[in-house]
Parts: sequence; structure tokens; C-alpha cells
Amino acid sequence: MLLLALLLAACGGQPPEPPKAVRQFSDTQACVEPVADMRKNHMEYILHQRDETVHAGVRTRKHSFEECINCHVAPREDGSYPSAGSNDHFCSSCHSYAAVKIDCFQCHNDNPVRPSMLSAGNANYHTEVTDNLVVLEKQEEGGKL
Amino acid sequence: MSSKIKTPLEETVDSARRGFIQKTAAVTAAVTLAPGVILHQAQAKPADEPVSSAQRWGMLIDANKCAEGCTACVDGCNKEHNLEGHGRPETDAQWIRKVSVKNRSTGYSFTLPMMCQHCETAPCVDVCPTGASFKRVDGIVLVDKHICIGCRYCMMACPYKARSFIHEDTDDQMPYAPRGKGTVESCTLCVHRVDKDGEDAVPACAEACINDGHEAIVFGDLKNPNSRISKSLKKYGGTQIRADLGLNPGVRYWGVS
Amino acid sequence: MKKKIHYSTIDGNSVGFYALVAILGLVVAIGLGAAYYMEHHGHWVTGMNNQIVWGMPHVFAIFLIVAASGALNVASIGSVFKKYLYKPLARLSAILAIVLLAGGLMVLVLDLGHPDRLIVAMTYYNFKSIFAWNIYLYTGFFAIVAVYIWTMMDRTVYEHSRKVGIFAFIWRLALTTGTGSIFGFLVAKQHFDAAIMAPMFVIMSFSFGLAIYLLVLLYAYRWTGRPLGDIVVNRLKNLLGVFVAAVLYFVVVKHLTSLYATEHHGVEKFILMDGGIYTFLFWVVQIGLGSILPLVILFTSLSKSRAMIILASILVIIGGMAQIYVILIGGQAYPLVMFPGMEVSSTFFDGVVGQYSPTLPEALLGFGGVAVALLAVTFAIKVLRFLPESLADNVIDPHFVTEKEAG
Repeated sequence: MLLLALLLAACGGQPPEPPKAVRQFSDTQACVEPVADMRKNHMEYILHQRDETVHAGVRTRKHSFEECINCHVAPREDGSYPSAGSNDHFCSSCHSYAAVKIDCFQCHNDNPVRPSMLSAGNANYHTEVTDNLVVLEKQEEGGKL
Repeated sequence: MSSKIKTPLEETVDSARRGFIQKTAAVTAAVTLAPGVILHQAQAKPADEPVSSAQRWGMLIDANKCAEGCTACVDGCNKEHNLEGHGRPETDAQWIRKVSVKNRSTGYSFTLPMMCQHCETAPCVDVCPTGASFKRVDGIVLVDKHICIGCRYCMMACPYKARSFIHEDTDDQMPYAPRGKGTVESCTLCVHRVDKDGEDAVPACAEACINDGHEAIVFGDLKNPNSRISKSLKKYGGTQIRADLGLNPGVRYWGVS
Repeated sequence: MKKKIHYSTIDGNSVGFYALVAILGLVVAIGLGAAYYMEHHGHWVTGMNNQIVWGMPHVFAIFLIVAASGALNVASIGSVFKKYLYKPLARLSAILAIVLLAGGLMVLVLDLGHPDRLIVAMTYYNFKSIFAWNIYLYTGFFAIVAVYIWTMMDRTVYEHSRKVGIFAFIWRLALTTGTGSIFGFLVAKQHFDAAIMAPMFVIMSFSFGLAIYLLVLLYAYRWTGRPLGDIVVNRLKNLLGVFVAAVLYFVVVKHLTSLYATEHHGVEKFILMDGGIYTFLFWVVQIGLGSILPLVILFTSLSKSRAMIILASILVIIGGMAQIYVILIGGQAYPLVMFPGMEVSSTFFDGVVGQYSPTLPEALLGFGGVAVALLAVTFAIKVLRFLPESLADNVIDPHFVTEKEAG
């Protein structure tokens, strides 16, 4: 009986509440595409961008995996970042609920590394590597990012 | 037969210095002149444009300037791509390594950096069952780790021992250099820098070499007759390692015979 | 008058049968556990490294795949070359081919860096890759041999069995050519880059496949108490002798060709003289135990004893494993020649002989593949009629006259 109760409790778990993103894409739009679209089709966008970037060197930021992480993997209260696999990691929170295994983080970093270069008017922005100076400058000048 | 000729080398040094200074100046200019708006340099492609076969990226490495015992390029590469080792040299990844060579008959010895030679007809690309090992139209040979099944046939096929298999879990990857257990990897010619800066790009190894005062590595477009690398090769030639295989590598050497 | 061949399933309810199944099942389970261990920790826990990228699992896998196509030979001799003595042996030959291939592929796949991406291997193809061709050759082999078995077992389609058999024979030649070409098409390695690799692998498959077939046949008939006459056994053991000699011929030709070309002197000296374990495996195990000794046994009166024939078959298998080990791992251990005539050194083991010592999990995975094959064939002969009830001399040969009949 106890086991059954536990099982039922486990099955009837609440839908996940993924952590909030650190900022909005623009004043009028929460994410790079409408939220409903992203919930359903985010993997299509990521997959498309993946092939474009790896094989053709397209480096736009709008559907860049790195920018997903930059925005959606928010720091905890103590400033540390959750790692993939823990329930307060944006991706894992939903994927463990839906029981959809992803292997993105075998290779990709699950935490933000570089300052974001994405904003509504700047979705085609290049990756920055050595010139983080430029990014910082840009953030200072541009204010809200 | 070594190309220890002073004039061309000095010329390349100067031109490398000039290029470096120009690049630095250009970046500074971009920052000061147009904060908030980034001006792309003339040769760099826009981010949303695919790479083109109008370019073929390559490197010219002057072994005469490559200092014995110096590992600046290796350190630069490891730092850039965060190739942290586990203290197990047999299985740790090495995208670039310093090779010491001694001619048995003449006793002449030299040292050179060895990495993926970005062959035009790359054996690793031919043998890969899934097409994960591929050559971009601009000549850069890469591994698409999304479809790499870790069979290691490319490592069997490479005549330069340029590839490493990732033998254990990785973390703290750089966003521009994802890498994970069970896939194969090698030098990317700092493709993230090339996509950003085009002909003005300086791969991490070349940058470290310049910063260390050797300037033995020159990056450029082999198809652009006016590029530094093309002019140098046209004037003084260059050696392909294992030229007998006819692979037409994108990396050429001076002073390696 | 020639008697009709009756096929039947084995009873498979003795203690011995269940013990065999249990032991094989255990070996399979251990093999799978070993694969999980290696995948979980990553390949650094194996003996493989960035110098020797294919290790013991590949020795097993290649051996099983090569032997698989060879095991089909017995059936081919019956169907394609119309040797009627081999016809009753054909069904076992075909099922053995399928299970050996399955065992080999299991080992190969479980050693991948990403066995979880098998679906990727099936959906992304680079048609210039001999590996990609092999994926088609292997899956096609399963299908064709399955149809072949069907035509042999079902009277209504029996008339097609020769056609299918010829097709299967051609396919298996292509398959082993493909396996040999995995090495033959590698320009980088001194020991591999040779067109003779493909035909040599074909002839190796004849030898290894027949050795396994003989062992399975002898033990299956011994353990089920079914009669197995000398006519069949002697024919097969003589054939095995011919195949062993043929492999030896190819080995000699390969090394002589290499020895003639100065650029290959280094690697030949390594394999034949200074290679340590590889030299030992070549001369003592592959040539001595795996070729010369079986030839002596098979072509002398020693082979009157079934035990000696079993010994010869086991020696051929051990010699074959050694041969693949020397080709595969010896060929990788010899350093790449990047600067001919120069001494080379680096932090990445340039210019030095690659170090490899197989670890236990690698070997366990390999034995797991062998056990999968044997378990599958044990199961197959229990549920379907693969084995003739008798292979006694008077059943096989219409002209056979027993001593009693002769008076």
C-alpha cells in the first residue's frame, strides 16, 4: 500500500516550473520566438542552427545554443549556477519531467561562459572570442541588454 | 636544403607584425569610433552568411623560427579550447604538439608544431562512415560531434596523427569549442576566430607564437593571391609534410628538410 | 541407395543443454557489463589510447565478422558448386554465419565512443567510406542468408535455393573484401596500405569460418549423440588444411612484397624481428601454432583422431586471432612515418612504438560476442530443424558399403 501510494505520488507530480530567464529578448517578446512556439519547437530551431553553424559557419546569435544557456540558465541565490541534471537547471527541469533524454551537455557547457551578445536588434551578431573588451564596451554603452 | 634565408623571413616577420598591429588598431578603432555599433572589417563575412569556397584557409609555419623547447602555441591552443588534461598523456587530447626532428644523415635538427593539416582530400573525411568528419567549403576540416559515433576510423586514417579521441568526461567547455566523451576531435584552425575575422583572423597558436616573439605561424587565405601567405609561398615555396600522399594540406612549412 | 536426409530440432532439455545455455548466458552478461563499464567511465579505463585506437574488442569483432562469411562457405560449396556431400551441412553453415556476424557486430558497436548513436550510423551516410559500405554489406548479409535458410527449409521455395545461394556467395565475397579493405584503404599506416589485404581477408575467412564450423558440428553431434561419419569429417578437415595453407601463402606473399620495397623495411623489421609481443605472436602463434602445426595434424595420420581434428581447429582459431592482433595492433603500434629518414619525438608519442596492453573488460566484451554467437546457434538448433538426424557415412554416401553388408 505504501509503495503504491509512493508510486501514485510520484506519477502525479506537478508540472515543472522551469527557472525564469535572466532577461527578456525584447520589450514586447519574452524569447527569440513566441513562447508557445519555443516550448513546442525549440529543438527544431536548435537543430537547424547546429547544422548551419557547424557546417556553414553561420554564427548568428538568435537561435544559438550558447545564447539559450546565457539567458535561461539563471544563477541561484548564492550566485552559483545549477548544472545540467539538477532540477533547477532550466533544461533539466522540464526534460526530466518529460523523460526526454538529451545529450547536449556531454559536449556543451551547461552554464553561461561569455557575456551575451544577443538582443532584439542584434540577432545576427558575431561570436566574440578575444575581443571581450568590445562586448563589455557595448554593454556599458548600450545599457540594457 | 633548409630555407634559412634571411630576407624572406625578415619580410614575413615585419609583415606579421604589421598585420598584428593593424588588427589591434582596427579593433581599438571599432571600439572608440562606434561604441554600441560594431563595424565589421572588410574581409570578414557577415554572421548570417555561409562560408564560401572563394577562400581556402591555411597556415605557413616557419620551423626556422620555431624555438626548441618553446610550447607557446600548444599552451595557447589548450587555453583557448580549454583542453584540460588528466595527467594521462596516452589518452589526453592534443590538438597541436611540438615535434622534434633530427635528420639521421646530416644531423640537422629542428622543431615544429604539428596539428591537423586541413588536407584538401582528407583521408579522415573519406573514411568517416557518417560524414561527421567533414571539410568546410573554405578548406577547414572539422568533426561534427553531433553525428560522430566514436568509431575512430579517422584516427586510423590520418597520416599526421592529428586527431584525439575524448577518453573521459569533460566539463567547462568553451562555448565555441564544445567537446565531449566518446567523440573525436582535432585542430579546428580556430574556426570561431576565422568566422569572425576572416583574413584578419589570428588562430590562438599563431597569436601565442607572436606574443612569445617568434612569429613562426602565419595564417591566411591560400586562394587570395595578395594574401601574405600566398605571396610568401609563391616567392619561396613551401613544404607539405607527406607530400607523397598527394593530400594537398592547407598547412605548409619552411625549414623542415 | 542413398537415404533421404532427415532434419530435426535437438531435444534441448538435458542438464548439459541448460548448463551450456547458462554458462553462455553468463559470459554474455559479463560482456555486456564490461561494455557498460567502459562506456560509463570512458575509454581511458581500457588499454586503448590515442596511439592504439582499435584494441582487443576490434580483434574479436573482426575475427567474428571474417569467420561469419567463412562459415557460409560450407553451404556455398553445396549450392553453388553442387557438391552434394555438403548439402546436408548447409543449414548449420548458414545459421552459423548469421550468429557469428551478430556477435562480431555487437562487439564492434559496443566499443564505439557512442553506441547510443547507432541510429545516427544508420541514417547518416558518407558513401566514400568503406565503413558505410560495410553497414550495407552486413545488414544485407543478414537478410540474404535468412532468405537462403528459408529456401533451404521450405519445400515450396526450395527450387530457388541455388539462385539465392549463388547470390549469398557473391555477397559474402563482397563482405569480406569490404572488411579487408578497411585496412587496405588506409594510406597512413605502413602495414595496412596494400590491395592484397582484401583477398587475404577472404581466404582468412575460409579458414577461420571452417574451423569454427567444424568445432560446432563435432560438438553438436557429440553432445546430442547423433551419428557423424568419417566421410563428412575427413572432407571438412582436408578442406580446412587447404585453406590454412592458402592463408599461409597469402601471408608469405604480403611480407615478401613489403620486404622488396625499401619504404616498408622499417615496419617489416618491426613485425618480423624487433616487435616483441607482435613478433612472438607472428612467428610462434600465427605461423607455428596456427598454421604449421594444424597442417601437420590435418595432413598426417594424426587426423584420424577426432580429438586431434578438434585441436587443429582450435589452433587455427587461436592462430587467426593472433594474425588479426598482429595486423591490427602491430600495424598501429609501429609509428607513423611523417618524416622519412628522420628521428622524431614529441609529447604525443611520435616516433615511438605505441604501447598497448589489453585490459580485462576489453577481453570480456570480446568473449561476450563469441558467447552471443554460440548462444544464438544453440537456441536456433533447438527451435528449428538445422541439423540432420544423421550424418553417418551410409546416409551421406550412396556408394558406401558397411563392412557388415560387404560380408
